[in-house]
Amino acid sequence: MVTRMKILIIEDDLEAAAYLAKAFREAGIVSDHASDGESGLFMASENSYDVLVIDRMLPRRDGLSVISELRRKGIHTPVLILSALGQVDDRVTGLRAGGDDYLPKPYSFNELLARVEVLGRRKGTPEQDMVYRVGDLELDRLSHTVRRQGKEIVLQPREFRLLEYLMKNSGQVVTRTMLLENVWDYHFDPQTNVIDVHVSRLRSKIEKDFDGPLLRTVRGAGYMIKEEGAH
Amino acid sequence: MNRLRVLFRTTAVRLSAVYLVLFSICAAFLVFYVTAMSQRLLEQQTREAVSTEVAQIEAIYDRAGINGLLRTLERRARQPGANLYVIAGPTGEILAGNVASLEPGLLDKEGWTGQAFRYQRYTDESRKDSHVALAHVLVLENGLRILVGRDLQEPEKFRVLVRQALMVALGIMGFGALVIWFAIGRNALKRIDRMSDASTRIMAGDLSQRLPMSGSGDEFDRLSESLNAMLERIEKLNEGLRQVSDNIAHDLKTPLTRLRNKAEAALAHKNTSAGYRASLEEIIGESDQLIRTFNALLMISRVEAGGAAAEMSDIDLSTIVADCVELYEPVAEEQALELTADISGPLHINGNRELVGQALGNLIDNAIKYAEGAADPGIRVSLVRRGDAVVIAVADHGPGVPADKRDQVVARFVRLDESRSKPGTGLGLSLVEAVMEMHHGSLELGDTAPGQSSPGLTVTMVFPVPAA
Repeated sequence: MVTRMKILIIEDDLEAAAYLAKAFREAGIVSDHASDGESGLFMASENSYDVLVIDRMLPRRDGLSVISELRRKGIHTPVLILSALGQVDDRVTGLRAGGDDYLPKPYSFNELLARVEVLGRRKGTPEQDMVYRVGDLELDRLSHTVRRQGKEIVLQPREFRLLEYLMKNSGQVVTRTMLLENVWDYHFDPQTNVIDVHVSRLRSKIEKDFDGPLLRTVRGAGYMIKEEGAH
Repeated sequence: MNRLRVLFRTTAVRLSAVYLVLFSICAAFLVFYVTAMSQRLLEQQTREAVSTEVAQIEAIYDRAGINGLLRTLERRARQPGANLYVIAGPTGEILAGNVASLEPGLLDKEGWTGQAFRYQRYTDESRKDSHVALAHVLVLENGLRILVGRDLQEPEKFRVLVRQALMVALGIMGFGALVIWFAIGRNALKRIDRMSDASTRIMAGDLSQRLPMSGSGDEFDRLSESLNAMLERIEKLNEGLRQVSDNIAHDLKTPLTRLRNKAEAALAHKNTSAGYRASLEEIIGESDQLIRTFNALLMISRVEAGGAAAEMSDIDLSTIVADCVELYEPVAEEQALELTADISGPLHINGNRELVGQALGNLIDNAIKYAEGAADPGIRVSLVRRGDAVVIAVADHGPGVPADKRDQVVARFVRLDESRSKPGTGLGLSLVEAVMEMHHGSLELGDTAPGQSSPGLTVTMVFPVPAA
């Protein structure tokens, strides 16, 4: 990690905020904290952050209004909304207000961390890259082909999108929910380990006949695609 | 007395009072207008008659001289019910005629006497008995004055009569209106009393009460009907809420207890750090399951309360079915089951993509869970148009659900004894049902292969669509 990521947490529950700050610090992320909407808005406007984590219900100014105000001012720092309201339509209103991601409470910290990291790296990831490369694995977004060590691997359309998303966020943990949301575009609870099965199918295709693992399972969190030996 | 006061506060009676006042003003105006008009008309007729007679008298005077005139007037004056005739000297003293006295100065001017005047007849007994008349004065060359007039007593009587008749008629009408208004007001009041009695009972907590209906289909009935429909909905929501809180009490306490026990057990034993780690992981797994149950519960009540209705849009069910089958297919394969989709083509409905997806996901997940190890590994998800509906059916060949238990399995937290060992919240079908209700559709459970030892289960989601 070249530069440390710096985030702002706007959360009125002090205990939760202290826990988050500590957990983020352990994960190598510096965080500031604001305990109400007004001071959060001020801090987010005056300082430069990589990601804002905003609770939806805040004293003095609610989370959604903080986001719309920031967007109005032309501040486009990625925002992750935390909310006790997790229903389908709440997510939609949250994203409509200008949020970039939405995480219903209670959440696991791993899930939050993975999402914050993806949001924070977003700036650095060139969306327009036509070819993603991780080690000897190569994914061509234009011709929809995947090669490893120069050998073409035939993937189903969904497997291709799954790999594309993993490679776009290479070196970072992506959770099962993130995969369901971004690859399948559904936000519901699939009850079973459907994602794991899809990932293991994909893994066997890209790893079975080749040397060296690429797609790892991060215990208690999700998956990460990473060149072997890279940090 | 108190009832009367209440009655006077009703809208009907207040409105009636306003109408009564307006009506009275109109009626009074009418009475005065009619009598004034009739008086004018009669006066005009009188003047015409007098003018004609004056012209006759002038003609007689011209033809027969003063004597002829006197004779004619004497004769006319003596007829019963006669008009007024006076012959007076140049100074105004009455010489002949049928009038005893006149208001002084009346004869001074030729032409019409300005207004009606008072006079007395010979037949009158006292001076009080005066009459009102209208007359024309004629002055002859010799200074004699002739007055020809008409008594106005008759027209005056007529006028009074008309006025009285009108007053009586109006009085009767007003009284009648009051009686009717009173009756209507009382009736309305009675019905409103009954309605407010019923609502008092409802407020006291008896949500099964309904407002009374008279069956006449009038506005009160319509009001009762829509309020009853509202009560029906409130009762249902309330029932749902109560069920949810009961279920939260029963079914969330169990896993919470388990969670607590695990934490306690982890602390009680002399533990290694690996042991703690394992316990904590178990605890996290347990709480994830709790959160999942909680989310499902909230989602059901949210959907039932119509909260997600705002996010309805035009969706293509064929892509949702294809997505879901594609999503679950590898899991099915792992369990040696064959999940296939049978989609007849794009079929659009107005719905919520996420919720329909979640519902179908639940059904497929159930099918995979219960069909495991079945002789026929096929699970078929089909999407077809059936008359006025679009149906999605998930058919498996598992043990199925006996016909008498089908209602039960849809209820919240109900898991048939045979399935207690399987993982799950017991909320899957309840959510599907709630989602179907939100889409004004229905959920049907049936056998896949009726009559066989393993009949399987076919769960059908029926979405009504307007006929194309």
